[in-house]
Amino acid sequence: MKTESKTQTVRLPILHGYTKEFYDWCRQQELRFQRCQKCGAWRHPPRPMCHSCHSLQWEWAPTKGKGKVYCWTTVHQALDPAFAEAVPYAAVVVELDEGPRLATWVTGILPDDLQIGMPVELWFDDVSDEVTLPKFKRVG
Amino acid sequence: MPEQHYLREQTCIVGIGETAYTRGTPKSALELALEAAMSAIEDAGIAPEAIDAVILPGGAGSGGTAGDFCANLGLQDLHYTTSLQEMGGAMCVSAVESAAVALASGIAHYALIPMCSRFYSGRKARQVTSDPGTGLQSAETIRDYYAPFGVAAPPQHYAWMAQRHMQLYGTTHEQLGAVVVAMRKHAQLHPNALMKRAPITLEDYLSSRWVSYPYRLLDCCLETDGAAALLMTTAERAKDLRSKPVYVMGVTSGHPFPPHDIPNRPDILKIGLDFCAPRAYAMAGVTPSDIDFAEIYDCFTGQAILQIEAAGFCKKGEGGPFVENGRIELGGALPINTHGGLLSQAHNTGMNHLVEAVVQLRHDAGARQVQDAELGVVTGWGGHGHGSIAIVRR
Ligand SMILES: [Zn+2]
Repeated sequence: MKTESKTQTVRLPILHGYTKEFYDWCRQQELRFQRCQKCGAWRHPPRPMCHSCHSLQWEWAPTKGKGKVYCWTTVHQALDPAFAEAVPYAAVVVELDEGPRLATWVTGILPDDLQIGMPVELWFDDVSDEVTLPKFKRVG
Repeated sequence: MPEQHYLREQTCIVGIGETAYTRGTPKSALELALEAAMSAIEDAGIAPEAIDAVILPGGAGSGGTAGDFCANLGLQDLHYTTSLQEMGGAMCVSAVESAAVALASGIAHYALIPMCSRFYSGRKARQVTSDPGTGLQSAETIRDYYAPFGVAAPPQHYAWMAQRHMQLYGTTHEQLGAVVVAMRKHAQLHPNALMKRAPITLEDYLSSRWVSYPYRLLDCCLETDGAAALLMTTAERAKDLRSKPVYVMGVTSGHPFPPHDIPNRPDILKIGLDFCAPRAYAMAGVTPSDIDFAEIYDCFTGQAILQIEAAGFCKKGEGGPFVENGRIELGGALPINTHGGLLSQAHNTGMNHLVEAVVQLRHDAGARQVQDAELGVVTGWGGHGHGSIAIVRR
């Protein structure tokens, strides 16, 4: 069973609008999410309005890159051919300490050794000239 | 006494039609949808020209546009049409809700709800779900935030929910398997079930290959071709028709928050059905303990268990033990998916669940009849967890 993610993937996000801004921050080695400038609520995936106070004023607020495992699935049949060589791999939902969650990979660990609540920390994987993906590794 | 909801018992399903379910078909989606529509119209015993509402669960993806149905059925004066595309697999039950509103309000008198799914010969459901060309935000979320990490389709992102359910509540592989075995047993009793001659055991299930843990191949619904249709009218008009009416007691739709992204829900196990099921029971004036059978949208076993909980048949987290020991099989306390469901009859986006509920309530289900069935539940699940529920009685 593979223990490390591949260093590249051919399934890239389409860089447009807020999504381009999100991934542009990743390229600068920062994981940022939208945070409301009026009430401070975080939100992700990006959208124009704060669901909590309905303000349209927001900023790309930085996170410290620390979080924990929320849940995962271990993919054995890659339904996207781009990942045919990568199986089995765990697609993990990580919860940042600041609150937002995202789909990602936790590298350096066997899928079977993952646990809910396991502390993880951020690293950045430059998968193409344009796209850097936020990934995580086990703390310690 | 609480005031009776204005939709309770105001409308009926008076016609059902269903084509053969197959893997492979030479027929177009429109041909299949029209074939099912004509069966439903004949079953109800009305003239096609009487139809003045066409509710398209998935818009043109239901087999045709409203214009297609007008042109082919000869509808000269269509009053009402709508589409529930974003509801995904919840769209068919939500279409019953839309029809009930249109009929009870007097906007229309006879509503046709056709649904064709060509998931074997046409595009797979999993391809549609992740296609941003649909314009749906959920598909863009998959493309831009899940797919770069190898999460491209429902068996993967829905597995997140099943995995967390297992971790939090101790739900077992054997319990997921109990859902599969029950659906397959029921399919043996249905002449129009794809898996009618393919019995399986729990051991077969446990040895089937992994797709995306905790989902094995047999946790995933079938990909088939076929169409079905419903014809609805008001309770008053139903009295004059030859078919035995099935009354809509309660019907509601609900949405998880946020709808388009699974990871960022405060609790990813809180689904659309959690929001709308209590409203449906209140509308119907009944409780889950009154229900004789349920047709649950079984796209995947874990999603079926989440809906069994959300529909009020057991507490949150207790869906695993609930499905064991034959409780959801025919003869059990709450038979579920008496037709075999999406797992073993066919994948017609849940329209087959509505058809089966009507068959059961007419007491026409033959070997798979739930004895003395009076009250049934049908649920839908789709998109990233939108939900819908209909409570129907004979
Ligand atoms: Zn705010």
